[in-house]
Amino acid sequence: MLINYALGILFLPLLSFIILILVGKRLPRQGDWVAIGSVLITLILSLAMFGSMLLSHDPGFSHEASIEWMDLGAFRIELGFLIDNITIVMLLVVALISTMTHVFSIKYMAGDIRYSRYYAYLGLFTFSMNGIVLANNLFSLYIFWELVGVSSYLLIGHWFEKDSAADAGKKAFLTNRVGDIGFFIGVMLIFTALGTFNYGEIFQGVAQGDMAGTLLTLAGIGLFMGAIGKSSQFPLHIWLPDAMEGPTPVSALMHAATMVAAGVFLTVRLFPIFTPEALLFIAYVGGFTAIFAATIAITQNDIKKVLAYSTVSQLGYMILAVGTGAYIAGFFHLVTHAMFKACLFYGSGSVIHAMHHALHNKHDHDTDPQDMRNMGGFKSKMPVTYWTMVVAALAISGVPLFSGFLSKDAILAGTLAFGTHHPQHFLLPIFGFGAALITAFYMFRLIFMTFHNEPKLPELYDDINESPKEMTFPLVLLSTLSVFIFYTLPYFNPLSDHGWFMELVKAKDSMVPGNPSAHEIAEGIHHSHTLTMILSTLVAALGIFLSWSVYLKKRISADAWAEKLTPYYNLSLNKYFFDENYDKYLYQPLLRLADRISFIDWELYDKYFINGFGHVTKWLSFLTGRTDYDGLDQTIVDGLGRSMSKAGSTLKEVQTGRLQNYMLFALFGVVIIVIFQSF
Amino acid sequence: MDSLQTYLFISAILFSLGLYGVITRRNGIAVLMGIELILNSANINFIAFARFGGMNLSGQVFALFVIIMAAAEAAVALAIIINIFNNLQTVNIDEAQQLKL
Repeated sequence: MLINYALGILFLPLLSFIILILVGKRLPRQGDWVAIGSVLITLILSLAMFGSMLLSHDPGFSHEASIEWMDLGAFRIELGFLIDNITIVMLLVVALISTMTHVFSIKYMAGDIRYSRYYAYLGLFTFSMNGIVLANNLFSLYIFWELVGVSSYLLIGHWFEKDSAADAGKKAFLTNRVGDIGFFIGVMLIFTALGTFNYGEIFQGVAQGDMAGTLLTLAGIGLFMGAIGKSSQFPLHIWLPDAMEGPTPVSALMHAATMVAAGVFLTVRLFPIFTPEALLFIAYVGGFTAIFAATIAITQNDIKKVLAYSTVSQLGYMILAVGTGAYIAGFFHLVTHAMFKACLFYGSGSVIHAMHHALHNKHDHDTDPQDMRNMGGFKSKMPVTYWTMVVAALAISGVPLFSGFLSKDAILAGTLAFGTHHPQHFLLPIFGFGAALITAFYMFRLIFMTFHNEPKLPELYDDINESPKEMTFPLVLLSTLSVFIFYTLPYFNPLSDHGWFMELVKAKDSMVPGNPSAHEIAEGIHHSHTLTMILSTLVAALGIFLSWSVYLKKRISADAWAEKLTPYYNLSLNKYFFDENYDKYLYQPLLRLADRISFIDWELYDKYFINGFGHVTKWLSFLTGRTDYDGLDQTIVDGLGRSMSKAGSTLKEVQTGRLQNYMLFALFGVVIIVIFQSF
Repeated sequence: MDSLQTYLFISAILFSLGLYGVITRRNGIAVLMGIELILNSANINFIAFARFGGMNLSGQVFALFVIIMAAAEAAVALAIIINIFNNLQTVNIDEAQQLKL
């Protein structure tokens, strides 16, 4: 039965995609009801699966089903589902965020020229992500992995008339390619060593020691490179902020549930095969990304860019958790983060929507509706958006009573435990706590700049209105889901993450010898839990307080500090000049190399070899043509035709058309026969 | 005179006259008349063989069938001739050679 549900969840969005892409424009309301209906059924099915998971209350539940796709002798490929508690929780998150995105988009995208195609692509996106979540082997995973890449490309470039949107789509796709090459190498290394794509069989093979040491480390790092690309970790983080060119609901979907979650989900799924070295690499990449992206987010003025870098930073957290072994904490953060980050994005979408309308009424097309320096004082105008965003900001900052506190706490505890266990890696907890401090700071910077203070553009202020119900409903629902209680039921303790989630989603032991067991990791987390809780609450409070004094009370002047720290400020504002440096040291040399190679190709190879070959062929065929045409055709072929034609015109004379002639011939014939007969 | 040869001789003369008419006449109706003569010569043969050749009643019945068939043939052939006349304003069958290349 679960398999049937899973089939429905996987294929309904695909069905909606096919219907909308074929006949979407001819349906009433451009067919948005098809997409919304299908994703709603998906949500109901996910809820049913979720309910059955809660009822059966079996942490070890796992169900696998597969069909053989092709059997090439040594190379057997299966397509299949692996349904365990991680899958079920993730399916619910994807379905929920996707449904909210569909609902939010009704008003946000109203009047868009490609409204129906937009909904079609949302369906494709949901389908691909569900495929990643459900896959039971690396091969199916890879297919859906690329499908996610394609659909993100289509959605980021939705407004492809704008060059920046088209470029952002390309950038996302190409940057992901870099990671995917690593991913592909990882998959192939595992297949060559173990001869299978299936997760279970891979785990077994690794546990038996069929693949170990450097090879396994390399495979792990290769697979993780896929996650670096998809989950936009340092140094491939550059595409995610540009992806803000897509419609805001798409950003919410992409940042919360579908695209970037894929990388984290992959590392969570494959955690048991990572060697200690690979895990250390993962932890450092994640930790560094967490703090690095946070320092960029501080200085950004575009409301969506702040959120984009905050996503990069939070994804770094999750990756850090996987690297330190507390991977269930990472997955927990993925789930809670999905709710409050989607809420923040819808909130920013609501603000941008309001700004856009106000600017439109004033016929002002030059002012940037996403720049926070043009906002301020929206609190009383948009109360629903304000309060839901405050809840989400509290959750992401890790304030007690909210979901983010629980998951962030679990990650930081894991990091701290790792740091105490291996004092030489003291940087990891510093990255973690530092990022937590900065996160709280810039999130409240966003809230204060947008909703508090005096309006920066008073002439717009009267035109700012709260968004319609279709847009505020997802905000309210998701901010409600950012409260701790939904993750700790049936227990009611805001300071402990003990609840259904931690009971049902259990960490697996690593299959690699030398890694601590799940139990040891849990022990370590337990020991550092209290210290982490105090520290993280302090850090969050400090961040919010700093932000409050800088941006609300103005006791500390942000400009003065920016002045004092000009070099650092410029670095952060310009995102550490990553795009520029990539351009200078990577793209330009590559382009020059491509130029050289194309010179060899065009000027040498093509000119002498290809064209020479062409000349010889041309000359040969000229000879053959002459022989054929003048020799054979003229004599044999035409001669035969001519003789036939001659014979025909001679014999034609016999056919006089006179009945009596024929009859006379017949008579002669009879006479001749009679004469012959009589002898 | 009451022998098979007499009848066969008369029949042969009739057949030859009919064949001559069919081959030499230019008028379509005259050609048809020739055909009738040929058919009748065949009839005389049938009757003669019925009387002398041991064909008995079968010969008589065959003759009857030939007469019926000749009537049908005359009806169809006359219709064809009338159509030829309608289209070509002549019954000269030498003129009717449009099918020739």
